[in-house]
Amino acid sequence: MSAAASAAPTPRRWQRFTPLKRLARLAFTLFAVAAFVASLRTIEVIPEFLYDAPDQLADLFGRMWPMDLGYVGPTLRALVETLHIATLGTLIAIGIAVPIGLLAARNVTSSLALNLLAKFVFVTSRSVNSLVWALLFVAVFGPGPLAGTLAIALRSVGFTGKLFAEALEEANRGSIEALQAAGAGRLSTLLLGYWPQVKPAFWSIALFRWDINIRESAVLGLVGAGGIGVALDTALNLLYWDQVAVVLAAIFGVVILAEIVVTQLRSRTL
Amino acid sequence: MSARTGPDPSGASRDVAFRPNWTARAGWALLALYALYAATQLGFEPERLASGLGHGRQFLARMFPPNFSRWELIQSGIAESLQIAVIATVIGIAVALPIGFLAARNLMPPWVTWPMRALIALCRSFHPIIVAILFVKAIGFGALAGVMALIVASVGFIAKLFAEAIEEISLKQVEAVRATGAGFLSTLIMGVQPQVLPRFIGFATYQLDSNLRNSTMVGIVGGGGIGATLFTAYQRFDYDVVLAILIVIVTLIMVAEIVSGWARRVFQ
Repeated sequence: MSAAASAAPTPRRWQRFTPLKRLARLAFTLFAVAAFVASLRTIEVIPEFLYDAPDQLADLFGRMWPMDLGYVGPTLRALVETLHIATLGTLIAIGIAVPIGLLAARNVTSSLALNLLAKFVFVTSRSVNSLVWALLFVAVFGPGPLAGTLAIALRSVGFTGKLFAEALEEANRGSIEALQAAGAGRLSTLLLGYWPQVKPAFWSIALFRWDINIRESAVLGLVGAGGIGVALDTALNLLYWDQVAVVLAAIFGVVILAEIVVTQLRSRTL
Repeated sequence: MSARTGPDPSGASRDVAFRPNWTARAGWALLALYALYAATQLGFEPERLASGLGHGRQFLARMFPPNFSRWELIQSGIAESLQIAVIATVIGIAVALPIGFLAARNLMPPWVTWPMRALIALCRSFHPIIVAILFVKAIGFGALAGVMALIVASVGFIAKLFAEAIEEISLKQVEAVRATGAGFLSTLIMGVQPQVLPRFIGFATYQLDSNLRNSTMVGIVGGGGIGATLFTAYQRFDYDVVLAILIVIVTLIMVAEIVSGWARRVFQ
């Protein structure tokens, strides 16, 4: 080290974040820790239950094996119903979400009031759990897959619509202006200008939601809304654990299968 | 337009600028046919829908106005749901981080990643409510079963995304840190952590939101939280109480979404 270097101005301290940002990060971290500690101290848990949990779980799995293969038939029938619920629910959701999504996209609909109204519909749909939607529809239409399908549909409107509107807003203006300059009407602009641009996003959203809906529709039967959940609920209430195991295996299989189908379709079409 | 081929301007031989895509149309027609078929399978009958509308009107009439008279009950249920969500998220993340790290294919050998990936797939494939049923049977009613179920759900989600985030990092920075002579832990903290932290905060807050949604539901199967109160009120046809509880749940979820939005911006 030469004398010149040591005479240089005091070294600057480099900091990645502004003091305000550091404070905010610290505050959030503290808040998270405080919430965790407070929850741990106030939650009502009987620790004795935790100690014998491994024994109880082992007992549970012991009762599940061997599976009751006689229950495979009813399970598969219920599984088909679940697939119908998930698929038709997704289709209905898309049918509702596309027009509302058009209203929500600021570049398609230029009225702020309509944009906000459409977004409000999406938020409402997303904030209510599909089980709650199912409870409501069971009360209205009676138990059965009809209630389950509508529950899946209304729960999915918010998700698909929000993502569809975002895809629309990202569409390139150029080709749309070209169409409008050529004298295209509203419908032609939508079909020939927007649709080709949002098509990949549209299918990806639909597939993604279908995948989620298969998982969700498997539980709707617990509140009487049809599908494989009914088979699960029946077996659970009768304490036929070997039948429960069949249902669980079926759900696991179909979920994995759906994920493979979705990945394949996505890599092939998009 | 250059698409015009013949000299006849009447349009008889004119080419169309946008050809109809018959395969796509056939696909849409098939989808519509499937929808009709599925609708008949699932009991979409006009008279049932019509009578449902009548029931719906009655149902709505019984829901309004919302009845907040059991505020104490709602409050304790909501508090328990919050506790379940927070604890399950924190423990779930703590469990998910090592699993996700072991499942990252760019840092670990295949014989480690495959079992981890299978475990993640198993955690992800069951809805939290189904997992909650199993835990309720195994460790009894109460908040603990809900916490355990949501831990499983959190592990499935966080570990998967965390593994993907690690797989996408730039190895140059890791190498640079390693070149300074850093050990394994230092490499993790200085080379890997800064690259994945923003995304990690993103899916941690997302998981908190998701756990909060589900913690209001696990009560339906006996996993503690507001869900039990909701389901009891529903079964007793106290629909005005149901509406009150739903209003509180939706408000809570919206507030949580706003807070996690802030957190994401702060840690960006």
